[in-house]
Amino acid sequence: MNFTKTILTTASAALISGVAFAGSHMSMEMTIVSWGGAYSKSQLKAYHEPYSAKTGVTILNDDSSSTAVAQLRAMNEANNITWDVVDVEAAPAMQLCDEGLAMEIDPDTMLAAAPDGTPASEDFGDMLVSECFIPQIVYSTTFGYRTDLVGDTPPTDVCAVFDTKTYPGKRSLFSVPINQMEWALLCDGVAKADIYEVLATEEGQNQALAKLDTIKDDVIWVSSGSDTPQLLADGEVIMGATYNGRLFSLIEEQKQPVAMIWDGQVMDLDGWIIPTGLSPERQARALDYIMFATDTQRLADQAKYISYGPARASSAPLVGKHAELGIDMAPHMPTAPENLSRAFLMNYDFWADYRDDLDAKFQAWLAK
Amino acid sequence: MNKSQPLFQNNIVFTLSSMGLVGGLIGLIIGVANGSGFLGLLIGILVVVFISIAAISTGQNENKVRYIICAFFAFAAFYFLGIVGIILGLLLGWFLGWYLYWLYLGKYRTKLQPYLSSSQVLWHYLFRVICGVIFVFLIMPILVVMPLSFNSQDFFTFTPEMLKFEPEGYSLKHYRDFFTNNEWQRSFKNSLLIAPVATLVSVSLGTLAAIGLSQSHVPFKRAIMAILISPMIVPLIISATGMFFFYSHVGNFLEDTIGLDKNFVGYVKVILAHSVLGIPFVIITVTATLVGFDSSLTRAAASMGANPIKTFFKIQMPLILPGVISGGLFAFITSFDEVVVVMFVGSTNQKTLPWQMFTGLREQISPTILAVATILVAISIALLITIEMLRRRSEKLRGITPS
Repeated sequence: MNFTKTILTTASAALISGVAFAGSHMSMEMTIVSWGGAYSKSQLKAYHEPYSAKTGVTILNDDSSSTAVAQLRAMNEANNITWDVVDVEAAPAMQLCDEGLAMEIDPDTMLAAAPDGTPASEDFGDMLVSECFIPQIVYSTTFGYRTDLVGDTPPTDVCAVFDTKTYPGKRSLFSVPINQMEWALLCDGVAKADIYEVLATEEGQNQALAKLDTIKDDVIWVSSGSDTPQLLADGEVIMGATYNGRLFSLIEEQKQPVAMIWDGQVMDLDGWIIPTGLSPERQARALDYIMFATDTQRLADQAKYISYGPARASSAPLVGKHAELGIDMAPHMPTAPENLSRAFLMNYDFWADYRDDLDAKFQAWLAK
Repeated sequence: MNKSQPLFQNNIVFTLSSMGLVGGLIGLIIGVANGSGFLGLLIGILVVVFISIAAISTGQNENKVRYIICAFFAFAAFYFLGIVGIILGLLLGWFLGWYLYWLYLGKYRTKLQPYLSSSQVLWHYLFRVICGVIFVFLIMPILVVMPLSFNSQDFFTFTPEMLKFEPEGYSLKHYRDFFTNNEWQRSFKNSLLIAPVATLVSVSLGTLAAIGLSQSHVPFKRAIMAILISPMIVPLIISATGMFFFYSHVGNFLEDTIGLDKNFVGYVKVILAHSVLGIPFVIITVTATLVGFDSSLTRAAASMGANPIKTFFKIQMPLILPGVISGGLFAFITSFDEVVVVMFVGSTNQKTLPWQMFTGLREQISPTILAVATILVAISIALLITIEMLRRRSEKLRGITPS
């Protein structure tokens, strides 16, 4: 009987609280969708906890960003949007914006200006790649290698991945064309500036796949950012691709015998979108959160917990030391000058146009 | 018959070749782990055959020789592996010594009928080995998870410290994470709320349906039964897609038109969806018990003035209770383990344990999942033992000997 009582109490409490909240003009509970792991933790520390402390809002985390596009489509179709703010990469944000699933944001009225008064549109600058996308961090996909398994000459060049003679052993790559095809062309002698031009042609695509063919037997294909760290920790692979923040955590927090190759890192943006179709109270709350969470100080704070570079120019000078390890974070950012000089900028427009075709071609090649 | 006296002295060639086979197999496994399978195979055969010849030719008392074999392997393994090696070496030595004399003295025939041919004896033991291997394959994945959940590192890896049984290699931090982390606690509480309520709903509805369908005057019995059981047959992902759209409308109606709280509606949706999945199990088990139920008892109760409701609770329910309970258990496990439907129908507020484990595994390979898995396995074992003990007790009370 006690059990029944508990349920009745829960149910009635839920009912009462629902009635109580309906009065205020902003909803007091929000669901924020992100990637999970260390990344969600950094957002929790830098954004969610201060925001909850300031406003009393309950924030729920949903680690579903990897399936965000499909889920938002289904939610929209069923007219049942359960997410308030969603963390996605730049390319899916553009796609969601085109399909009308994400609301447009005016940076100068809806986002906070820099402390010196620079309007947000200028502060974010080139990072504002879509009208619906509020950039948050710059991250990169790059390689880590086992320091004890690569012999006396550790790799410094991304093309070490394709050099199975000097570095025999398994390597892990993502089972998608993005990044892998660029790296293949880069290491097949194509100049950085010409890569997307070459990749747009049939011969160029075949050239990239032919280069990947040379190491196909040595590759373990992965699909999630957590796979390569696990494989490196096991010593299953001698080098592998993943996000730079995951490698930072593997090296500095988990103390694994792993080091990074910054050469050929492919930079990408990650940020927020707000779904369309929210009720006015929930939309007001989401906008209020975004205004708070993407201001100069908050973006700089996130870098205390993970090695991703803040997307605002005005945040960069505020990046300090890691909150627990006390390491200076600036050199670990993909945007640090010496790392940046060897970086490779992803062409969003190219991938927006060619993604579906190349995905099909790449999967067919994988299955061969 | 005196036990220590051999039935007959076995053929030495047969004994040695069998021992060589086992030695080769063990050598191959160790060899592959250390880089050269062929070398391991060779060394394994030679070492084991040599030891067998030496043991037999001493002609000494069996126990004495077996102690020496154990000691030999324990020392050899200690030399290569350290402290853990002693245990492994003792086990290996014990097994080889036992196997040698089991073969050499023909002990394998002591418990069998004397008229069996050699191939029948071989099959007798081969059958047991096959059964053992199947058992190992079933249970191994679960057993591997348990030590890994005490890993002091954040990876699914047996570290060298763990293999040497050093205390630094082990820690309870993943268990601590489970009990202190908000996300895990919330999903655990959700599971503990959703599964029992869904079970309650499925058991009540399922039992009623089974009783109704067992009445002779119900038309289209088979068709109704097929429809009620269909959630068990239709692929889960299809049910889930349908439920997602159906319950979205239900939820919108409850929230917008009736004005119920969003959270409360979320729980109602997930509980109803899980009940639908659990009902077939209850119907099947209760229908099976109803076959053995004597319906003249209900008529007898009615003739003595009991109304149908009283008859049901006083007469019918106690007799079909075992079926209801086992159906309820299946319904509970279905809801407690369910990940697909809850991901479609629920929102983040209703995140259950399997859902949290799924996203945790996809986005962050954290051994907290292993700690949770270990806890769940322990709970499942406790639950099954309780049910089995209750069953035996009730059988004893009813005077049936436990099977």
